[in-house]
Amino acid sequence: MVISAETRARIDLEIAKYPKRRGALLPTLHLVQEELGHISLDTAKEVAEIFAIAPVEVMEVVTFYNMFFDRPQGRHHVYVCTNLPCSLRGARGLLRELEKHLGVQTGETTPDGRITLGHEECLGACAYAPMMRIDGKYHEDLDVDEAKRIVDALR
Amino acid sequence: MLKVPYVTNYLSEHFAEDDYPTLEGYLRRGGYAAARKAITQMTPDQVIDVVKASGLQGRGGAGFPTGLKWSFMPKTTDKPKYLACNADESEPGSFKDRILLERAPHKLLEGILIAAWATQAQTTFIYCRGEYAFPAAQLARAIDEAYAKGYLGKRVMGSRFSHEVVLMLGAGAYIAGEETGLLESLEGKMAKPRKKPPFPAEHGAFGMPTTVNNVETFCHVPHIIGNGAAWFKGFGTEKSPGTTIFGVSGHVVRPGLYELPLGTRLDEIVFEHAGGLSAGRKVKGVIPGGMSMPILPAGQLDVPMANEFLRERKTMLGTGGIMVMDDTTCMVRAGWVITYFFRDESCGQCTQCREGTGWMHKIFERIERGAGSRGDLEILLDVASKMDGQTICAFADAAAWPVQGLLRHFREDFEAHVSHGKCPFPQSFEL
Repeated sequence: MVISAETRARIDLEIAKYPKRRGALLPTLHLVQEELGHISLDTAKEVAEIFAIAPVEVMEVVTFYNMFFDRPQGRHHVYVCTNLPCSLRGARGLLRELEKHLGVQTGETTPDGRITLGHEECLGACAYAPMMRIDGKYHEDLDVDEAKRIVDALR
Repeated sequence: MLKVPYVTNYLSEHFAEDDYPTLEGYLRRGGYAAARKAITQMTPDQVIDVVKASGLQGRGGAGFPTGLKWSFMPKTTDKPKYLACNADESEPGSFKDRILLERAPHKLLEGILIAAWATQAQTTFIYCRGEYAFPAAQLARAIDEAYAKGYLGKRVMGSRFSHEVVLMLGAGAYIAGEETGLLESLEGKMAKPRKKPPFPAEHGAFGMPTTVNNVETFCHVPHIIGNGAAWFKGFGTEKSPGTTIFGVSGHVVRPGLYELPLGTRLDEIVFEHAGGLSAGRKVKGVIPGGMSMPILPAGQLDVPMANEFLRERKTMLGTGGIMVMDDTTCMVRAGWVITYFFRDESCGQCTQCREGTGWMHKIFERIERGAGSRGDLEILLDVASKMDGQTICAFADAAAWPVQGLLRHFREDFEAHVSHGKCPFPQSFEL
């Protein structure tokens, strides 16, 4: 058992909200990932049992959606939006600077496991570009120095 | 929290007031009076008739008449009926639903209640994109308040009508914003759009009759029921009534949100409201309605922002996300970014889309690198024409249109790359 009893209880509350049990699969994966950091095949097997579906049906959902991870991630997720409105205002240059600053390529995790650097498609902050999303929080109207300061403060 | 729109109208007039997102603050400014009126004084058909008469068109991109959509819900059925609220705002250039969720969650819930009464729906599933953690938290708090007050749940406002609201968070997939992709995602599956028919009004969420509306669409409804259809038609154009919240981004002095009547001219929005471009710069092109909509060149900005006028210029209002590009911009790079996005977000179930988005991006990559040939432009147009209108959902159209628009108006940018053997716009934004 990798999913805690507490998370399991929260999953049951989600299941109760939907006319069909499987409606709660995305909310469940959010809860499980919040607890475990990613959704491994073993975790997917356990989730599959809860929903009486095949593990592959869980994994196809995990790998379809960008916010679910099938492998371990850094302690912090730093995502720079690189869609067109952000690119027009320098987001790709900012991402290159962060790559140099952290010594990783986009998509990689720092060797100390502190930060996974990534880029995302439009995050709905188009007028306040460039921007990044860190652990669910938006940081907008950035310049390179400010972005480095924010990233350096992550422990 | 997003900055308040620079220009406000009925949707956004209280956005600067800190207590407006709370139930108390919303009630203090007349909130929920329209829902009370609908549920206690009007029949469901009367509500639909008012919304039909108002001419309200969906604000999620397609512009379908809202009252008509509601009328498709079966009247005599033993099945439970559902609403789905599309809060999966992910059209690049769009951030209007985000501010409505953040600053007017009760307006959304009131619109949902009225729509639920009109369609006799028992539950609304609000599908909010997972990245919108803060907007979703604002909405979740508002839902709790509305339940505690008796505005949601059993016997809404003391009536015999009951309505449940369930908030679900998506997990990062543009295609989940497509109407039936959203329904698949609600059911815990990959967000692959469904073949239609059957349409959602017949076979929607969990197989039940369902109406899907965008966040902003719901938010207009309390104003229409409260003030009447004639009042609503006092804003906008004859065919496109009401306001919308335009999002302006890119190379302008004052990027941000602007609530303006439909039919406001694009050049007025760009140059007067958004302050134009920085000194010495000129407009090269403007995408008028989110990234899926074809671009307009600088000479065509004298167009009223309503579909009946934009269609004449081979583009559409979409979600009202206006992206401004100045004269430094390389349109091949813009196309590179656009096609990268569509390649990344294609769900992959239709061959034309799965393969076509990838091919188009590869060709943009080649042309930008200086390795393109003249024939590449014709291949691009050929691929685009084989995607447009050929697939299960409109995603492939949305991927093809911007490419067709770029080649229609900026063909010389592409040809210059080919003849120079490199990108001739050294000052353009970095890739």
